[in-house]
Amino acid sequence: MAKTLAEKILSERAGIDVRAGGIVVTPVDLAFVQDGTGPLAVRQFQSGGFTRLAQPQQTVLYIDHASPSPAKELSNDHALLRQFSREKGAVLSDVGEGVCHQCVAESFAGPGKVIVGADSHTVTAGAAGAFATGMGSTDIAVAMALGKTWLRVPETVKIIATGNFKKGVYAKDFILHLIGLLGADGATYQALEFGGSAVDNMSMSERFTIANMAVECGAKVGLFPSDNITRKYLESRGRKDDYRPIKADEGAKYDRVVEIDVGNIVPTVSKPHTVDNIATAAELGGIEVSQVFIGTCTNGRLDDLKIAANILKNRRRANIRLLVAPASKEVFYNAIEAGYIQILMNAGAVILPPGCAACVGVHQGILGDNESCISTANRNFKGRMGNPDSFIYLASPATAAASAITGRITDPGEFI
Amino acid sequence: MELKGKVFKFGDDISTDHIIPGRFFHLRSNIPELAKHTLEDVNPEFASKVKKGDFVVGGNNFGLGSSREHAPLVLKTLGVSAVLVKSSARIFFRNAINIGLPVLVCDTASISEDDELVVDLAGGTIKDVTRGIELTFVAFPDAMLKILSEGGLLPYIKKYGDFVVGK
Ligand code: SF4
Repeated sequence: MAKTLAEKILSERAGIDVRAGGIVVTPVDLAFVQDGTGPLAVRQFQSGGFTRLAQPQQTVLYIDHASPSPAKELSNDHALLRQFSREKGAVLSDVGEGVCHQCVAESFAGPGKVIVGADSHTVTAGAAGAFATGMGSTDIAVAMALGKTWLRVPETVKIIATGNFKKGVYAKDFILHLIGLLGADGATYQALEFGGSAVDNMSMSERFTIANMAVECGAKVGLFPSDNITRKYLESRGRKDDYRPIKADEGAKYDRVVEIDVGNIVPTVSKPHTVDNIATAAELGGIEVSQVFIGTCTNGRLDDLKIAANILKNRRRANIRLLVAPASKEVFYNAIEAGYIQILMNAGAVILPPGCAACVGVHQGILGDNESCISTANRNFKGRMGNPDSFIYLASPATAAASAITGRITDPGEFI
Repeated sequence: MELKGKVFKFGDDISTDHIIPGRFFHLRSNIPELAKHTLEDVNPEFASKVKKGDFVVGGNNFGLGSSREHAPLVLKTLGVSAVLVKSSARIFFRNAINIGLPVLVCDTASISEDDELVVDLAGGTIKDVTRGIELTFVAFPDAMLKILSEGGLLPYIKKYGDFVVGK
């Protein structure tokens, strides 16, 4: 019988023929934690009586959320992860290497793999055709010990995107628009599977942005088929052998099909305090911001910095804080080589080390009372950036960069 | 098993950032301290008033957001015996079951703050003693019921040595 991408990957990996609704026990190709969830995973691993990792080279501990550490308690958490890595042979990705999901995209994500991480945005790797999903510390502790996990095979919502993006409109606008359409719980427990001519033309960077936010409508995974673009990406990363073609079968059964002509989308912004609370950038033009943040696992890649740099070239930020955090060391390095970092600094940006930076309210850019921030991140929940009395607007790097110039939420159209 | 306690009621879309905000990130290895801040941006008195056995009752999409298992963990640490919701985000649901905290999916609209509830986990019923009504909750999927009835994922793996779902 014809299979969705989710059914296909899980059937192949688990070695049994499964359908949506079925339960599988599947080997995992990568299990990872970050510094916010890792210490609990390590403790659960120990209290579960486990002593060995099933696959040390496919077990990674990322120090990215509070990196470098802003508090002694977190320094001790980091020390615990480093010690665990030394003792058990797990791979350590220490301060400055980058956000876990970007590092996974660079080094592990590939078609047909099963990836589990103790972070909800693990779904990012779905852009490369991996069944990648977020779990909690205990689940990951067990996955690290056994090299497998259990999953319910999700029903799938097929998203067919056609048409061409208008100038100034990007993958981020598309996914914000889609989440507005589906609602914050519109695809809970389900898989999103992306297809259509607009998707066929998307770069990997754009696909990562979209897959990253699948969880914001409750989805378990956001899947893209693999194609030549996936293949070239993997080849460019020295991971040629990770490529295999994988796509859904003709006639696969979907829970729903949503069709979107991306040509109708305009620069889109999520208003406080939920991601599905969307408006157009133009509608919000009067709103002043105190901080602009460009980075994160959603939009901290080289292409994102390029978009921001193109807008900010020979321009200057308004009297606001402009924070930029490349998502990984490699992105940072390449952005320096390409000249983007210099452009951004000339425009008045502060460059933060690769990592989560201001995204999660731990350090580096906590908002003051009643302050608003426009951010390229994926969440704007109350208190997310460290202060429940502040306001977070989510947008594309272009809208964020345009807003940095004017000091208020701005449709990037006027600067492109 | 019968659970008894009082209701603390919350609305829709209570995220893991509401349950335990990121600004307390540095307390994550000190669960008793962390637990003192549970839900404080929504109900500042919650952590000091909740008693062993009490219930957290929410609306739709409870526990959306991050994968932090600390969210169900602080609730459990404070003595919350079950979370009752109209619907739950998937990672929160799975995390709660993994640490042995039941999340019961039911129509929570008729339950109010301070109501006294008696929950019969095995029987699948919720009695709202204050209002004199009885509700049922959606049965747990088999795979999860097994984990929950062992008290969580670690005791379950200790007992079976492996996942026994689907067998
Ligand atoms: S950048 Fe933000 S959303 Fe991404 S992993 Fe870090 S904290 Fe989470």
